Amino acid sequence: MNNQAANAETLMHVDNYSLGYSNSKGQLVSVLRNVSLQIRKGEAVGLVGESGCGKSTLALSMLGFLRSGSQVQSGAIRYRKQSLFELPEKELAKLRGGRIGLIPQNAGQSLTPTMTIGAQMIEALMLHSELAPSARPSRAIELLGLVRLPTPQQMMDRYPHQLSGGQQQRVAIAMALAGNPELLLLDEPTTGLDVTTQAHILELLRELRQKLGTTMVFVSHDLGVIARISDRVAVMYAGQVIELGDSGEVLRQPAHPYTRGLLASIPRLNQPGLPPSMQGYPPAVGSVSKGCAFAARCEHCSPICQDLDLPQRNLAGRQVKCHLDDEALRQRIPLRSVEVEAAELGDNLIRLDQVAVSYHKPDLLERWLGRDKQIIPTVDGVGLLLRRGETLSLVGESGSGKSTIMRAVSGLQPPLRGDISLGEENLNMPVEKRDGQLKRKVQMIFQNPDASLNPRHTIAEILEQPLKLYFGLSKAECRQRAAELLAQVRLGEHYLDRMPAQLSGGEKQRVAIARTFAGQPELVLCDEVTSALDVSVQAAVLKLLKELQRDKGVSYLFIAHDLAVVQAISDQVAVLYQGRLCQVGPTGQIFNGAAHPYTETLLDAVLQPDPDHQPILHSDDVVEASPPAAGCPFQRRCPRNLGAQCNEQSPPWQEQAGNRIRCHLPIEQLQPSTMIEPSQRVAVG
Amino acid sequence: MLKLILQRLALAMLTLFAVCILVFSVTEALPGDVCTAYLGRDAQGTRLENCRQQRGLNKPAFERFSDWGAGVIQGDLGTSLKRDKPINDMLANRMRNTAVLASAAAAIGIPLAILLGVFAALRRDKPLDVGLSTGAIFAMTIPEFVTATLLIFVFAIQLQWFPAVTTVRSSAPISELLPNIVLPVITLAFVMVAHIMRMVRSSMIEVMAGDFVQMARLKGVPYWRIVWYHALPNAMLPTINIIALTIAWLLGGVVIIEQVFNYPGVGTLMIKGIYDRDLPLVQAIALVLAAVYIGCNLLADLASQALNPRLRTAR
Repeated sequence: MNNQAANAETLMHVDNYSLGYSNSKGQLVSVLRNVSLQIRKGEAVGLVGESGCGKSTLALSMLGFLRSGSQVQSGAIRYRKQSLFELPEKELAKLRGGRIGLIPQNAGQSLTPTMTIGAQMIEALMLHSELAPSARPSRAIELLGLVRLPTPQQMMDRYPHQLSGGQQQRVAIAMALAGNPELLLLDEPTTGLDVTTQAHILELLRELRQKLGTTMVFVSHDLGVIARISDRVAVMYAGQVIELGDSGEVLRQPAHPYTRGLLASIPRLNQPGLPPSMQGYPPAVGSVSKGCAFAARCEHCSPICQDLDLPQRNLAGRQVKCHLDDEALRQRIPLRSVEVEAAELGDNLIRLDQVAVSYHKPDLLERWLGRDKQIIPTVDGVGLLLRRGETLSLVGESGSGKSTIMRAVSGLQPPLRGDISLGEENLNMPVEKRDGQLKRKVQMIFQNPDASLNPRHTIAEILEQPLKLYFGLSKAECRQRAAELLAQVRLGEHYLDRMPAQLSGGEKQRVAIARTFAGQPELVLCDEVTSALDVSVQAAVLKLLKELQRDKGVSYLFIAHDLAVVQAISDQVAVLYQGRLCQVGPTGQIFNGAAHPYTETLLDAVLQPDPDHQPILHSDDVVEASPPAAGCPFQRRCPRNLGAQCNEQSPPWQEQAGNRIRCHLPIEQLQPSTMIEPSQRVAVG
Repeated sequence: MLKLILQRLALAMLTLFAVCILVFSVTEALPGDVCTAYLGRDAQGTRLENCRQQRGLNKPAFERFSDWGAGVIQGDLGTSLKRDKPINDMLANRMRNTAVLASAAAAIGIPLAILLGVFAALRRDKPLDVGLSTGAIFAMTIPEFVTATLLIFVFAIQLQWFPAVTTVRSSAPISELLPNIVLPVITLAFVMVAHIMRMVRSSMIEVMAGDFVQMARLKGVPYWRIVWYHALPNAMLPTINIIALTIAWLLGGVVIIEQVFNYPGVGTLMIKGIYDRDLPLVQAIALVLAAVYIGCNLLADLASQALNPRLRTAR
């Protein structure tokens, strides 16, 4: 494939391309600096990097699109012979969605909400194909079928909001294919989707690539996606391509210090424990205009790094931008792993007993007719036990009830049935009925610090609020305590008078963590706390959480969609499907021991940043609206469904070494060794 | 959908009932009645007694109210105390005239406002937008009667294109009314256009910055197709309720405008009714206006349901 690609003609030339945009002060700052990249016909190139590194901007530039306020500072982008920024608007419009297709991140927001799928598909065909108007609907249905949407005919009359995330993404792919593109740009095509859906979409894209021979440019922060699909990878940092080469080689043996650090800081399923973290934070967009942008975080940094422009090095076909000599770049550096001493486990802290939660509030009529008894709760029959100093993670696809359980514990959505208790105290009441001490003991860290920190308050005000509320400290005491809290999350005292907007994403999340710990909680609810962070920052935040747990003896109820993160941080894991528990057990058992078919489905779908790893798809990525009325909740998707028994009878709990599985299959048949033979699996690729 | 309509209708009934009681008690609390207003200085002694006797005003307030209410339920709005004529007959033509005025203003004003709002949004902060937005604020701050007077001065007195005041009867055919409505319609449309335009503008600006609009550009959809097919229907969703409110405002504005132009509509009738202390007439008109107001809001809610697929279709 690579040799073929090397001889093939070049579709897209990016030549020494620099892009600037005017910031709020009216200065022109560089978003992309001297980027050179050739996309050859038939290949798949990955653009990878953390948020703000300019990868999406580069992809959009390949469509001749500049965000308002941006301007080309140097260089050019050419598609075949045409320089994109010199083309008239009309010609560009013909290319966009035609020869060059875009598959956007978050397809849900990229489809026009007031137009049916059919109308949007037909519009794409009208603009970019020669088909007669009468032939367009059938072609649209054909395309929807090609991306494996169930009942394509009916899809035509649906509106975007009626589709699941995975289906929306498939529609976006079908729409891009309508123009019969030669080049597809995919901007984070699977970000925000469930693990299983993500694996299915990638499989579809791989298949389409084989069938249609389309050239693809993948933009992703997820090296697992890149490893799975691209031939070559361009690693970007602060607007520069710092490493470019064969993706297998780059992922196996990264050369640039940043690539090495990035790869090391990704938690992996086959390496338990916390990954090492990179020091510092990525620079703000456009803040570095000369020298190496990574210098401030680089272990090998020397004075020349900050001043001299980076040399382009060529190491056996790999391009690396670094001042290090060839020898140092070729050196293999073993991955370190970080050991944080586990907290001492104490007595039982929180207990959930047969908890059921429902968002449906029966109205008067339903109560009169007695229909409120028939409501199927969103979450049902959940029993969990968490000790002091322990971390329990809730795992499952979206809609599995993870957040609902967290809302029940926090009192935002009190349980319909069952009991939640914290130590000796009952937690069933809504949060407004809890007294101050109880509120103090249960604290929460949110996913997005941008939204959870008040942008008009200084960091000091943010941290002092809980101190005043729970402990009634004086002004001076508050400030001193706030500084101590910041020190705990490794931030200096000078942060106290800053506003959240002046902080980077990782720093903001640290402040959010400090605020949570201001109340000296016993239980901290962590809802996707690292998923808005870059990988290089995520590792450091995970380490911080672990250290705080060791020092303070708090318990974490943790939610993350990234199973490798879950493995790195948890002592116990609970797997949920449709609001019902499938499996609960110690982390090691969950990831390596006997597994519920659903746990297996999830784990095998995980994409790893390892070019030799293949995900395995066990069942369709169907989204179910509600759990079945009887039998096992996973019955409809289970690859090992036994028939009537699974569909009608509630499965029993089975236990083995603390690992509890709720399945009709005997636990002996759920061992890793007795799982379905690889040949029987729907292998991808 | 049906459930919503039924719920809203039940609520509307309650509201109308409350309106009746409120209007009745307010008019009742004022000193004087139709007889004192009619008889003027002679309103004393037996003449006043007789007059009151004749019109049933000496009955207790509760009884008068329930008699009137019973009639309303049967579709009879009662009898005018001043003119001794059935209110139903008096209102029929007036309602038609006001409807002609208001719907002409709405039919011209709403599309114009949407159009101007879209262009202002697309030319954001450019001279066109600045001009339109300043004009809108100007239009909103001038009271209608000032606009009306200015229009009369220019177009009726100076240019003599249109009549200054209406001189036709309330029962005149629409063709005779038409030349008379031009100036009132312009006056009404003026403020309405300003309100709706500003709303459409801000809504359109927000939608044009949305992901799906950028995506439409990147799909190669031509600019004007994006504006009309992708952006505008979405921008209209939050605007519909403002339009309904503006139409409801139109009803209030109509009362003043009709008075200025002496237009034979519900507004002038109402003012006469108040002047004459013709309680049943005032009450009937208040009831009708309230019903129209509620009807407009219900229609707006139904329209936004119909236009918004998220509300229309289940997931």
